[in-house]
Amino acid sequence: MNEKVAIKIDDLTVAYNYKPVLWDIDLTIPESVLMAIVGPNGAGKSTLIKAILGIIKPIAGSVSIYGKPYQKNRKLVAYVPQKGSVDWDFPTTAFDVVLMGTYGKLGWIKRPGQNEKKIALEAMEKVGMLAFKNRQISQLSGGQQQRVFLARALAQDASIYFMDEPFQGVDATTEIAIINILKELRRAGKTVIVVHHDLQTVPEYFDWVTFLNVKKIATGPVKDIFNDDNLTKTYGINYKVAVNK
Amino acid sequence: MSIQEYFQLVWNDYTLRTITGGTAVLGAICGMLGSFAVLRKESLLGDAISHAALPGIALAFLITGAKDSGVLLLGALVSGLIGTFWIRGITSKTHLKSDTALGLILSIFFGFGMLLLTFIQKQPNANQAGLDKYLFGQAATLVESDVRLMIIVTGISLVVMLLFWKEFKLLLFDEDYTKTLGFNTKFIDIIITFLIVLAIVLGLQTVGVVLMSAILLAPAAAARQWTNNLSTMVILAAVFGAFSGVFGTAISASQNNLSTGPVIVLVAGVFVLFSFIFSPKRGLLFREIRFRKNRSDLQLMKTLQFMYSIAEEHENISHPHAIRILNNFHGFTKTSLKKLENEGLIAINGQDWALTPKGFKQAQEMYNQKPANE
Repeated sequence: MNEKVAIKIDDLTVAYNYKPVLWDIDLTIPESVLMAIVGPNGAGKSTLIKAILGIIKPIAGSVSIYGKPYQKNRKLVAYVPQKGSVDWDFPTTAFDVVLMGTYGKLGWIKRPGQNEKKIALEAMEKVGMLAFKNRQISQLSGGQQQRVFLARALAQDASIYFMDEPFQGVDATTEIAIINILKELRRAGKTVIVVHHDLQTVPEYFDWVTFLNVKKIATGPVKDIFNDDNLTKTYGINYKVAVNK
Repeated sequence: MSIQEYFQLVWNDYTLRTITGGTAVLGAICGMLGSFAVLRKESLLGDAISHAALPGIALAFLITGAKDSGVLLLGALVSGLIGTFWIRGITSKTHLKSDTALGLILSIFFGFGMLLLTFIQKQPNANQAGLDKYLFGQAATLVESDVRLMIIVTGISLVVMLLFWKEFKLLLFDEDYTKTLGFNTKFIDIIITFLIVLAIVLGLQTVGVVLMSAILLAPAAAARQWTNNLSTMVILAAVFGAFSGVFGTAISASQNNLSTGPVIVLVAGVFVLFSFIFSPKRGLLFREIRFRKNRSDLQLMKTLQFMYSIAEEHENISHPHAIRILNNFHGFTKTSLKKLENEGLIAINGQDWALTPKGFKQAQEMYNQKPANE
């Protein structure tokens, strides 16, 4: 395992109206892992990602990306939000949405040109959505919407990818297509962090895992720490059903 | 004056030309910026802003003692902006939802504005008459300098919009994502909101506090029906807005000087109604037609499928069968058979029918068809 650290989080604490949602999270994520964040509903999984990305302001703590504060290395980070977080009736096409992935590197005011369009088309091809590029986004199925969001993140050409439940409400074909792309990203040395719900597939899909329930329960390689003990600590019930490898 | 006379006069008559120009420009800028308000699901923000502008107008008059529309609109702008930022503040700092915040600010500011207006009316100042025109607007008071101001503001908004088009679109679609890309979403939000407040304030003299939000929303709501493209929507909304302004003015001028603001709003309302019914993709009429056509197509395909199940058992797929054997099958009629024949799917010979090879093939492939537009 490469020992280079991609993300280092210190003392991260988030609270909504005095109620802590994340409590004093320390987390070090090495480069080139495919990591699942697991935990029960309300454990703060999405909040953790949003706090790392600065969407939610933490009340304490710091995040560094490759040794620099997140704000300095923001361009190395791509984000795939939950697909339910936007209005899919917005008047635009799938291609336009993917093109948005290139806006960050473009910066203010500059318009996307030939180069950006090429990047967007390549990203759409990778997720198998090229045929749908001119499709109005409201005419896409749930799985296709998820692929469009993934393509948008790919167009960011980042080193670290955060994904909020990319497998939610997609069919088996799309799930396999997405996980194959994520595995390919890891092989290319990228770090991928996924909020994940399906415990059964954790050992198959991921090589790194973080157990979260307001506090960090455990983090490390799946083969070492994905066990009944940690699952029980995280979910609070005796977790004998979990698949052990 | 009839409508024809109006359109002959409009180029030469100073008053008519000024009013028409003003309402057209106002409709255009409001339609344009209203698209953003509609897509941000902040339709009611316009209503709150216009009501919040009223105390500003009254205070500007009390402070300066002059009824210069530029000064009064500046007051409106300031109090409109204060109202908007209080709404934003309430939603972000308390548990109240945005509709509550909008309602609160709208009524409190409007109440304060009305209070100031009645206070002003009690003053022994001859100059005070006519401030209440800002309630319902009075297009007839527009002068050339007002129109020039509208054109300048519209021009500036247009430039800002073209400059930040990419950022606006991004923020409208996905605000969180915009943040992660490193854009300052507060800044983009302030620009959009500021432009909307400007447009509203410009319209107060013509349309008035009470009806202003309709000019902002109606053209945008109508435009959304006709297109799935953001830039087309904004352009279309501007065009609808401008036409509402012109037609509204024409109708009000030709019908005994009916109050212009309400007529413009009603014309814009007609645009909305027409669009809701007749737009090809989202309109009610075509949806109903599509629904019926699908239903009748489905009926035909069911009949064909039934015929296929009979024909399948014969070696010759085009072996003729009596029409009578279909009698127990629901959904077949003489017309539906005729339709199938016209499409070349079956052949009818006296009392017999037979599947054609084309009909057989279509029935066979019915369940693994690809959508036609893929």
